[in-house]
Amino acid sequence: MSATSLENPIYGLMAEFDTPQELLTAAEKTHGAGYKQIDAFSPFPVEGLADAIGFHKNSVSLVVLIFGIIGGLSGYLLQYYVSVISYPTNIGGRPYHSWPSFIIVTFELTILLGGISAAVGMLALNGLPMPYHPVFNVPEFARASDDKFFLVVFSTDPNYDAARTREFLRGLAPRTISEVPA
Amino acid sequence: MATNTQIPVEVPIEDQRAPVIEPGHTFSTIGEKVSNIVMKRPVSLGWVFGFLVMFSLTNMLLMAMGYLFLKGTGIWGITIPIGWGFAIINFVWWIGIGHAGTLISAILALLRQSWRNSINRFAEAMTLFAVACAGIFPLIHTGRPWLAYWMFPYPNSMNYWPQFRSPLIWDVFAVSTYGTISLVFWFVGLIPDLATMRDRAEKPAIRRIFGMLAMGWRGSARHWHRYETAYLLLAGLATPLVLSVHTVVSFDFAVSIVPGWHTTIFPPYFVAGAIYSGFAMVLCLAIPIRAVYSMEDFITMRHLENSGKVMLATGLIVAYGYGIEAFMGWYSGNTFDSFLLWNRLHGPYAPWYWSLLASNIFIPQLLWLKKFRTSTFWLWVISLIVLVGMWLERFIIIVVSLHRDFLNSAWGMYYPTKWDWMTYIGTIGMFLTLMWLFVRVLPMVSIAELRTLLPEAHVHEAEEVHK
Repeated sequence: MSATSLENPIYGLMAEFDTPQELLTAAEKTHGAGYKQIDAFSPFPVEGLADAIGFHKNSVSLVVLIFGIIGGLSGYLLQYYVSVISYPTNIGGRPYHSWPSFIIVTFELTILLGGISAAVGMLALNGLPMPYHPVFNVPEFARASDDKFFLVVFSTDPNYDAARTREFLRGLAPRTISEVPA
Repeated sequence: MATNTQIPVEVPIEDQRAPVIEPGHTFSTIGEKVSNIVMKRPVSLGWVFGFLVMFSLTNMLLMAMGYLFLKGTGIWGITIPIGWGFAIINFVWWIGIGHAGTLISAILALLRQSWRNSINRFAEAMTLFAVACAGIFPLIHTGRPWLAYWMFPYPNSMNYWPQFRSPLIWDVFAVSTYGTISLVFWFVGLIPDLATMRDRAEKPAIRRIFGMLAMGWRGSARHWHRYETAYLLLAGLATPLVLSVHTVVSFDFAVSIVPGWHTTIFPPYFVAGAIYSGFAMVLCLAIPIRAVYSMEDFITMRHLENSGKVMLATGLIVAYGYGIEAFMGWYSGNTFDSFLLWNRLHGPYAPWYWSLLASNIFIPQLLWLKKFRTSTFWLWVISLIVLVGMWLERFIIIVVSLHRDFLNSAWGMYYPTKWDWMTYIGTIGMFLTLMWLFVRVLPMVSIAELRTLLPEAHVHEAEEVHK
């Protein structure tokens, strides 16, 4: 990159669209044209959009699985430790390790940890909370949560070139194209 | 092909019903309409008046609780043999009402019922507030509520641990998990809408508050992808949870040997009853809210009618539960069980049992008729009756079973005191105070989810798949 762009760093180029269909088609074309470091923004989830920008798998389910198992195990082991080792009490002549009675707390703690990890894991993997993000520097982006759809090609993409990328995006017939200051 | 003959087009059943969102809306108008209630709509005199009334009732609750902490549970009507009175009745009633929110948001989400999208937000809020009201009762009925944390397992200097074979400890885990997961679910659903509110806010202070709550949500496709996975998993986890909570509540009774409690029908019948009263509360709130805030475009007759149908179905399961209880009273040949049946029908609380049958079984049968299902007035009235009926059901289960059990010498009667009533009515005040505030400070329907219902939101992918 040239010296000027180091002084005024550019996050990328942003194209604005009117409909989710236009955004999806544009995202597919951009990805197909070799731009791999791109992102798309929409006010609601658009089916297939993540696929179109080359994001196929996320690890939220894995996080939930791990924490669900931790929750279940800790629930059961806690009850085992309490009822058998630390504080054994004879309740109605039942064995100390009366596992049927332990099912419910085990189940609840599986759900509790799994559920919390789903929310926290999703936020953490998304990098949220994030108080500052360059895309908000573009005034048009205020409508990304309303009725406009945006595609961003990051300046870190190896194929990125301010003039050529802008020319390419223009070919996708967006409403506006803006440079996103970092 | 191009003939002028009129071919009668058969309208599919799907299209004959009221739509889930009225036509004429765009992505923008949905956000505008929902956010304007919070941002633009002036505070009306009616709202202030209602708020003051509800807030006074909340203060009455605080007074009743203050006096209770001072004097102990002796100020209530509980005695021996009726050691469980209003506190447990109200706990079960409130936690049951809370079930509709999670049912709508989790189970209907898994079943891909698009009509849930405009009522899930406030049904979830209702769940949270109902669980908050429910949580008060087990806390204050312990007698020494400042030691209620003893119910949680934590290492302590007394070398003591909770007793994990007790349904009451299961309840602690079930209800606290339920409250937490409901809150998480509700908040995850709110995040994209908080971003919409942030971007629509005109006042910097309000923008800052919503901005902090939205945590920098920007609608990235990667974020949405993880978000949808997380939401689906939460729905999947909340579904067995919602079914388990009232099951565990019913274990509080079913695990004991008291006639009228010791029965295996309790778990399914409690869950059905919970959803029944929950939908009744949803209708009770949705009908006035949609009229006052002109939300008819989003909460259409389809939603009200479907809720009516859910009430009808769950009401029939509840009726089956009553039927089995009565049948087993006769068929088991057990003296105490058949006496319980006789006592319900002819004993001192018989008028309440008959009112319960009327309000939970007979009157709701009107919902078979489309005329009643599509009339907001009748739906509202029937919902209110069901709410009263479900409260009576818990009263009958708890008081009537306890007041005459095995030994005649241990029989008694239950008379709630004014403190019982003040606490109960106070929680209704607290619940409504929270609803009152909720509709004015947060988007009461899910903006992002409503947008996905618009035809413009549907896309088709290109033929080639990029690797």
